[in-house]
Amino acid sequence: MAYLNITELQKHYDNYHALRGINLAIEEGEFIVFVGPSGCGKSTLLRTIAGLESSTGGTIQLDGRDITELASSKRDLAMVFQSYALYPHMTVAENLSFALRLAKVDNDIIEEKVKSVSASLQLDKLLERKPKELSGGQRQRVAIGRAIVRQPKVFLFDEPLSNLDAALRVQMRLELARLHKKLGTTMIYVTHDQVEAMTLADRVVILNAGQIEQVGTPLELYRSPNSRFVAEFIGTPKMNLIPLDNVIREGDVLHLKLLEASIDFPVSRIHGPLPNQVTMGIRPEHMHLVESGGDLTGKVELIEHLGSEAYTHIRLANDQTVIVKAPARTNIKDGELVHINVDRAEVILFNESDRVFSVVAED
Amino acid sequence: MKRSITRLLMAPSVLLLLAWMIVPLSMTIYFSTINYNLLYPGRNNFVGWLNFEFFVTDPGFWIAVSNTLILLISVLVITVVLGVALSALIDKPFHGRNIVRVLLISPFFIMPTVNALIWKNMMMNPVYGIFAWISNSLGLEPIDWLSDYPLMSVIIMVSWQWLPFAILVFVTALQSQDTEQKEAAQMDGATGWHIFRYLTIPHLARPIAVVVMIETIFLLAVFAEIYVSTGGGPGYDSTNLAYLIYNQALLQFDVGVASAGGLFAVVLANIVAFFLIRAVGKNLTV
Ligand SMILES: Nc1ncnc2c1ncn2[C@@H]1O[C@H](COP(=O)(O)OP(=O)(O)O)[C@@H](O)[C@H]1O
Ligand SMILES: [Mg+2]
Repeated sequence: MAYLNITELQKHYDNYHALRGINLAIEEGEFIVFVGPSGCGKSTLLRTIAGLESSTGGTIQLDGRDITELASSKRDLAMVFQSYALYPHMTVAENLSFALRLAKVDNDIIEEKVKSVSASLQLDKLLERKPKELSGGQRQRVAIGRAIVRQPKVFLFDEPLSNLDAALRVQMRLELARLHKKLGTTMIYVTHDQVEAMTLADRVVILNAGQIEQVGTPLELYRSPNSRFVAEFIGTPKMNLIPLDNVIREGDVLHLKLLEASIDFPVSRIHGPLPNQVTMGIRPEHMHLVESGGDLTGKVELIEHLGSEAYTHIRLANDQTVIVKAPARTNIKDGELVHINVDRAEVILFNESDRVFSVVAED
Repeated sequence: MKRSITRLLMAPSVLLLLAWMIVPLSMTIYFSTINYNLLYPGRNNFVGWLNFEFFVTDPGFWIAVSNTLILLISVLVITVVLGVALSALIDKPFHGRNIVRVLLISPFFIMPTVNALIWKNMMMNPVYGIFAWISNSLGLEPIDWLSDYPLMSVIIMVSWQWLPFAILVFVTALQSQDTEQKEAAQMDGATGWHIFRYLTIPHLARPIAVVVMIETIFLLAVFAEIYVSTGGGPGYDSTNLAYLIYNQALLQFDVGVASAGGLFAVVLANIVAFFLIRAVGKNLTV
């Protein structure tokens, strides 16, 4: 029995089915990130866990107790909102201590807790300020501090960094990771930013249209997505997805036919029957530009220099564009004809319904 | 150059507004210092402070001042407290909320005169009023509101007139309250009462200040309700300053004393405004 158990959770709005049977088990101390495109139900799932939305089916159990019908004030969870939702008429100190004061905790203890939390979040000089006198980053820290002082069972974050500028976002991301290490409390974090998901999470939950698409560690999702949706969602730039011309089986080997290329693929890596239409997925860093030979030939359309590397957009003979990662100091020019080698071990195959039916080779 | 043109263009309206204010004010000041009784025309000699003395020593004067203040404070308290409570109640969505809102707002569109007539004849009349009927059906002696509790009757009428205004302002203000703040408080363990006390009331500080200030302006000059219902009586029991001035000017035809009373009312309004704005202004520093 896990710490937080979500079973067959449903949420119907008046005329919209927002959560379609969510099953999820979260262990104590895990950092879980819900990620998915806008409108997929991340916030709804988080708010249902928080008790701010009532579920219309299924159960939620926390620490061995069924909390499905419990009022959110009794669930012992703390939430950090995207808008921070600080109490505008209270000072930072009053914001931090609000929950404790409501719970009638001793004044000495409140003072002590506020002091230690504000020190750890560098808020000690701002305690007498009102929220509107703070910068975005400071407000963010107050919101986090307000959650920490309560020592809840689980922290819930709904896109907490999306209102910050890029530099501050990276910094707060690190602070959150550090905070999780220090407190060891279970955290559930919602974001639509896959970089945040990959860098923060112990496990990532990918949501799509009210359903869980895949759950796994960031590396698992990156290496072995089990659907085209996950494959495309994780990783920048996106995984290349190329419909194959033909797949021919010959004993223990599949010949993947694409234009002039024929890529051998061991049958042992696929499960299930061979579909009629196969799409090959390969990440930009698993294709290499070579002087001669190679599997495919194409014309360079565009080169994106990122400093540490360069992404070359190459148009193949069938008019499909693929992205190939090249060294930073590549001397390839626009319009040049190049040869591409495909790293066979990293190829994954999708069937007509965009499910993966091959496993990635173990190294 | 640009500024002088701006001033030039603004001058006509500024002058007009100035004249608009200065002319009646200086006429009032002038009348208040002369002997000006409509019954004795032509004897308009300068009398100094005599009119003020007459007004202030009028037997109804101190009663009128205290009635004015009691009326002001009571109506402010009733409309603000009930207004906040009712608008908080109708802030949550429920079936028929829009109809309830319209009903709550509608008394504001009724003329003060009509309002007073309704209360006088349909509600408070000791013979066929609704209150009397309620008392009778409970086996109690009906209360003659207008003669036994004249000031209270006026307070009820005026509150009924002004409550919708307060509700209108507060309902609008509540709609701008951030729902995530309420949810955050909920997660912090706050009950509905806590949220009301610690989030909603502070959020309403500014609208409350606005309601208090605007109502004060009108409540210092309540007249129609008194004129129509109690006629300031019995005795001076429901006479306020506005009614006392009317009494001087048109029942005793003494324009001089009435002007002196008018000036006194201006001074009183300023004193009240000064204290109110200071008291309310403290809560305005959100
Ligand atoms: N109160 C509501 N009433 C009706 N539909 C809603 C409501 N809240 C959210 N939805 C719908 O539910 C879906 C999921 O919303 P949400 O969980 O906020 O998405 P996101 O993953 O971007 O956080 C969206 O399509 C949204 O339109
Ligand atoms: Mg959201």
